[in-house]
Amino acid sequence: MASSTINVPNASPVVGSRSFLSRLRNGDEIARVITFLFAASVVLITLLLIFELWTGSALPRHKFGLHFFFTKVWDPIAEQFGALPFIYGTLITAGVALILAVPLGIGAAIFLAELAPQKLSDPLQFFIDLLAAVPSVIYGLLGVFIVIPIMRQFIQPALKNSLGFLPLFQGPAYGVGFLTAGVVLAIMVIPYIISVSREVLMSVPRDQREAALALGSTRWESTWKVVVPFAKTGIMGSIFLALARALGETMAVTMVIGNTPTISSSLFSPGYSIAAVIANEFTEATGDMYLQALIELGLVLFLLTFILNGLARLLMLLTTERGSGMGQV
Amino acid sequence: MNARLRWRKLVSGFMLTMTGVCALVAVSVLFFILGYLVYHGGNAINWDFFTKLPTPVGESGGGMANAIVGSAKLLFLASLLGVPIGFFGGIYLSEFSGSKVAFVVRYAADLLNGVPSIVIGIFAYALVVLPFKHFSTIAGAFGLGLMMIPITLRSTEEFLKAVPRALREGSMALGASKWKTIMHVVVPAAYRGIMTAILLALARVAGETAPLLFTAFSNRYWSPGWNQPTASLPVMIFTYAISPYDDWHRQAWAAGLVLLGLILMVNIIARVILSRGVAVPRS
Repeated sequence: MASSTINVPNASPVVGSRSFLSRLRNGDEIARVITFLFAASVVLITLLLIFELWTGSALPRHKFGLHFFFTKVWDPIAEQFGALPFIYGTLITAGVALILAVPLGIGAAIFLAELAPQKLSDPLQFFIDLLAAVPSVIYGLLGVFIVIPIMRQFIQPALKNSLGFLPLFQGPAYGVGFLTAGVVLAIMVIPYIISVSREVLMSVPRDQREAALALGSTRWESTWKVVVPFAKTGIMGSIFLALARALGETMAVTMVIGNTPTISSSLFSPGYSIAAVIANEFTEATGDMYLQALIELGLVLFLLTFILNGLARLLMLLTTERGSGMGQV
Repeated sequence: MNARLRWRKLVSGFMLTMTGVCALVAVSVLFFILGYLVYHGGNAINWDFFTKLPTPVGESGGGMANAIVGSAKLLFLASLLGVPIGFFGGIYLSEFSGSKVAFVVRYAADLLNGVPSIVIGIFAYALVVLPFKHFSTIAGAFGLGLMMIPITLRSTEEFLKAVPRALREGSMALGASKWKTIMHVVVPAAYRGIMTAILLALARVAGETAPLLFTAFSNRYWSPGWNQPTASLPVMIFTYAISPYDDWHRQAWAAGLVLLGLILMVNIIARVILSRGVAVPRS
């Protein structure tokens, strides 16, 4: 029925075997049950996802046990599977991404929440939201054709010349590798850090700032020593959220990390990540053991992001009380 | 003492400027992305891109007509799965449920929302590709539809909850049943917000690549029906970008421009509607 905003249909009495009221009640009951089924299917799907990941990875879980995480041989032909290089690559790239993204993201959030007038802050936040909507394959595209050449020609040689004595910045500059993947990931997670941190900072009561200013602190001192500590847990939440995104990110990393299972102390070295190896090898996986080893990697990724997202939500809840779930109950 | 104060003010000014620089850098990334895409993609885009099939390897020219249609089919099917579950589930959460059930459903939805897209791909593979024994549009759309559910669910719930109580009570007082009140009063009042949220969900999954790699796979020809592997814009961008051919690189840029253009357009429209239209009086 076409209806404008307020259009209450006539509740005309209905002639029937049962009373009007009970029919109404029954209609509501049916609606309740049907919508409940839709809501319940969300829970069911989530449980099924966990179940599929768990049963789908039974073979390698039984054969390798915990060795799966600590061995670095990935040999599909000999059916030897160790996930260490992929876990290493995932953690290193996410670490690099956070080191770059956290200061920049929090700085920008402070500017948007504390300094910029609303007329400037709102449009900037609009652009940040748009940035968060850019698909990862686009970041990968720019990574391949823009970031990799820049890294190879300028940034990696510069780092080598200035900080080359550190093991982190040694070896040939290929362009692809941990550092490049970390940089691309950093660009991708900055919008998440900004959006969440800005909201958390804006929820800090005005009195806090005014009290600090009244005691004679400068604008920066009131921000950094009063407002930011007040919002600390929420900001940590935004960082966990960003970390979860970085760990699970697939396309952009696959396109710039070099796809070589190596464990190297040098950030210039090409590497591999959990998500990237699944993306590259899943369609080619022959044999149950190979396929299931990849699914087990998926399970690892799922558990990592599950824990981090849970922590992030808890932390954000503690500061703003408007995260999902408990805040509304 | 005076020197100390001057120093503190100097530090304050410097650090505040730095935060401005951070914001500037973050925002300028968007314009870098757009600039590069328009520059590289604009040169490569032409009428053929929208109307022709990909040419065999080594031959130049051709387009991505099949990938554009493939993406549209995937999105259509995905919304058939994602929108009803999200919409009716959201109605349940907002209008019917007790707090315990609601907590479990919300928790599951947030969990699903946080699952990396590549893992969604594995799930769709295990559930749809394995039983049918081949890649298909249906499998890809299943993965994308799953990703739409949590977004649609949570935003439907939020927008319904923002509908003022007085509207519901007015309708109930006139004798309408609860279900009629929901469908004819509450949902229409929140209609605009819910529609924009669904648009945003579509825009988000439109760019997803990882769940399609081993579900919808890819195809260099048209994909008839729903049961065949199909090309899609994001997967084409991926395969073309990592290929060794210059001509494919150009096409990848063109596809990137088209995809990002569509996604940003939907986002801008949706966000403008949400901010201007004041879909729902928030109390």
